[in-house]
Amino acid sequence: MKHFAQLYQTLDQTTSTNAKVVAMREYFATAPAADAAWAVYFLSGRRIKRLIGASALRTWLAETSDLPGWLVEDTYASVGDLAETIALLLARTGTNEVQGSLSEWVDQRLLPLKDADEDTQRNTVTSWWQEQDYEACYIINKLMTGALRVGVSQTLLARALAEHADLPRPVILHRLMGDWQATPDFYDALIGEDDGAAAQSRPYPFCLAAPLDDAAGIDSSSIDSIATTLGPTDEWHIEWKWDGIRAQLVHRGGETFLWSRGEELIGTRFPEIVGAAASLPDGTVLDGEILAWQLPFEPAAVMPFAELQRRIGRKTVGKKLLRDVPCLFLAYDLLEEHGEDLREEPMHERRSRLGMLIDQLDDRDAQDLATASRHQLRLSPALDADSWQTLAEQREDSRTRQVEGLMLKRRDSHYATGRQRGVWWKWKIEPYTVDAVMIYAQAGHGRRANLFTDYTFAVWNNDTLVPIAKAYSGLDNTEIKALDKWIRQHTIERFGPVRSVEATHVFELAFEGINRSTRHKSGIAVRFPRISRWRHDLAPKDADTLESVMRLIDQDPNQDA
Amino acid sequence: MITCCTESVDTLAVTARKHTYAMARSRGAQAPDADLIEATTRGLECAAGGFTIDPWKPVELSLITHAHADHARAVAARYIASKASVPLLRHRLGQDIDIQGVNWGERLTLGETTVSFHPAGHVLGSAQIRIQRGEEVWVFTGDYKPDPDPSCEAFELVPCDTFITEATFALPVYRWPDGRTVAREIFDWWQQMRRSGRPAVLFAYSLGKAQRVLAELTAFTDETVHVHGAVEPLTELYRQSGIKMLPTQRIDPSGPREDYAGKLVLAPPGANGSKWMKRFPKASTGFCSGWMRVRGNRRRQGYDRGFVLSDHSDWQGLLDTITGTGATRVLTTHGQSATLVRYLRDELGLNAAELRTRYAGDDASTEEADP
Repeated sequence: MKHFAQLYQTLDQTTSTNAKVVAMREYFATAPAADAAWAVYFLSGRRIKRLIGASALRTWLAETSDLPGWLVEDTYASVGDLAETIALLLARTGTNEVQGSLSEWVDQRLLPLKDADEDTQRNTVTSWWQEQDYEACYIINKLMTGALRVGVSQTLLARALAEHADLPRPVILHRLMGDWQATPDFYDALIGEDDGAAAQSRPYPFCLAAPLDDAAGIDSSSIDSIATTLGPTDEWHIEWKWDGIRAQLVHRGGETFLWSRGEELIGTRFPEIVGAAASLPDGTVLDGEILAWQLPFEPAAVMPFAELQRRIGRKTVGKKLLRDVPCLFLAYDLLEEHGEDLREEPMHERRSRLGMLIDQLDDRDAQDLATASRHQLRLSPALDADSWQTLAEQREDSRTRQVEGLMLKRRDSHYATGRQRGVWWKWKIEPYTVDAVMIYAQAGHGRRANLFTDYTFAVWNNDTLVPIAKAYSGLDNTEIKALDKWIRQHTIERFGPVRSVEATHVFELAFEGINRSTRHKSGIAVRFPRISRWRHDLAPKDADTLESVMRLIDQDPNQDA
Repeated sequence: MITCCTESVDTLAVTARKHTYAMARSRGAQAPDADLIEATTRGLECAAGGFTIDPWKPVELSLITHAHADHARAVAARYIASKASVPLLRHRLGQDIDIQGVNWGERLTLGETTVSFHPAGHVLGSAQIRIQRGEEVWVFTGDYKPDPDPSCEAFELVPCDTFITEATFALPVYRWPDGRTVAREIFDWWQQMRRSGRPAVLFAYSLGKAQRVLAELTAFTDETVHVHGAVEPLTELYRQSGIKMLPTQRIDPSGPREDYAGKLVLAPPGANGSKWMKRFPKASTGFCSGWMRVRGNRRRQGYDRGFVLSDHSDWQGLLDTITGTGATRVLTTHGQSATLVRYLRDELGLNAAELRTRYAGDDASTEEADP
């Protein structure tokens, strides 16, 4: 544990990625496999699930600290991190050496807490808090509450492991995918020459698209700019950008695994897709999108994302929900065929094999239309276009088609790991915008702790401002700093960590969709709201009205009936 | 270490009294039960004494607690401050300001009040101001810390009825380690950087914190520290006041590039990320501040190391000081005021309230406004 705490501290005390890689390599060079496996587990952002809830920890903190509950809450709101708040309030001053290795702590102390009764849990945990020094207390809390967040990305971790094991980084990245147990065997296989029978369920690292925007050096509103940078359209495979759940469908050894991009197994939520995948040949991996789609799957019958969300929220889905929100898997890439990794094949080759695969499914199931796999496993159609101009025109149709815009995939590209510029582009439609007034602010978490970064925005309903959205992103550091200072000086009232502020500043908010909602005071809910700019030129009276925002709903086809 | 006052107190008292009369004429008589000190649009105003403490808008007579920019602004016709802070105030506000320095504990008569300055332990010359009218005693702290600090006078606990306190770090997570221990961490980090051939650039406020670091480090070394142009003149003023510190060398921005590998460099936080930093390739950066107790504050500002060294009082220090004064009424000026007020009312049964001021301790990034 001491070794791991030191690694954490070294990682935390440098902003240099090279120094971080060196620190990790040094750790892996000496750590026993049992410890290294857990280190990989936590550094890759995994957490022990359902160990002890944050609310229980907060209650115990208030009891143990002898401070009034409101003060503990105020303090937590200011620090923005529960593990740290506990360590700051309770840990012993000075240093004393923490006993036991990382794997001993996790396997013999933390994991057994799952099955302990609440009294045992409380007594055990609160005695750790008071026995350990700050560093140890903090790390133990971090292991209990969740991801370490120490500025180490999956890629950086893979780089350190790859250098340590003398293996290519993509191999490590692939081996880190999916569901695995942090055991010495896993770790040995991870850094081994050949990891033997690769985990049957393991997905591939997803290829991610980069936005076609100013940051990419492309003016996405100018056809000329796009044409100059991307070249002729026939070098590109073009599809709609679907507004569903990105997923990988793995069918190996007679079993099917449906993975979300967050590497969660979501098959139980989509039994019809898993069922359909049984007809796939063994050793098939598809990349695609899960969508809610009205029967009998007419092209225009895709359902709004809000409907699809009803299928994600629960572990298992009932008959009624299955009937009300039928789902399908729209495949757009073939990553593995007959157990062979196709990622090095060019896009057009993978795509044509995918087409044949789906066609064969159709034939095989032709007798039984009602349960035919081809209903649940379909091909994401390609768009034909002889010029960027015609594509731009088709893109204008996106809202009516309930898609987010276009995807551009280079025909001769292999399937990339992560987000590599120039391989896949997303050309999204312009978002909706409204001008709204900031009325509440709250401090953020982590590196935004003690800094007001979470804002609530309102529009006019007659003479009152009604909140319509919360947004956290879109301002640069200078703007955040200026706004933070202003908020502190213009607070009207405090409600716990939330402050109401004078209605002074107007911001342009951008969002992807808008729906009616009975859960919100304003009667509307917006999707992915963010700040597009600070409208210094507008006074609060110039902000939009609820009526004008409501009118956007009528223009948005993607809404609840 | 602080030299004695030589100016005539009587003259000062007389001029101040004249001023009070003038103010009383122009503003009408004060209600007898009015607060001795009120937060107005100009500053913390004492009508009975005819002066304003740490004003932010133009006034005739100003009493200054200390030389930090949010407390000492060039807005008064005349100033009174502790003798020890006069050189710092002249440096900050102009050599030709009309200022009179007073000794610690020396009593001045200003209008209907008796006023004295007592060490606040914040920076060199920093004062709490005690104001008495009849039997009633008020104390305004400015910024303060009861913790030991070799670069300034030790904090003095002044009994009073009404205590006006800062609340910059009024949350129980703010507990300060001993200053000597933190200096040891800084020294170890510097030596570690020396071994890897990198400069160690430490950011610290140019008035107070920088000199405290230079004074604390004398326990471990006598090596020269390289300092930013904003730090050097203030350090020189500290030296002239008899504060023992490490030797310093000013970094000449127009001079030739030097190799700072293995050197300790002291600079104001404003220099972080500026062009000036280009002369320290591969530097490891650190920041000295009470805010560094919380990890998110350090991560956000991108420092490699955070050293918990504050010139404000920590949570326990605030509570001990407040109860130690015996005050039955407590007013807070800046920082986590709402939290402190609620704690004092709910948990300690004191009459506590918030005063609205323009002091800046609340802001994690600009504890001191200028570099």
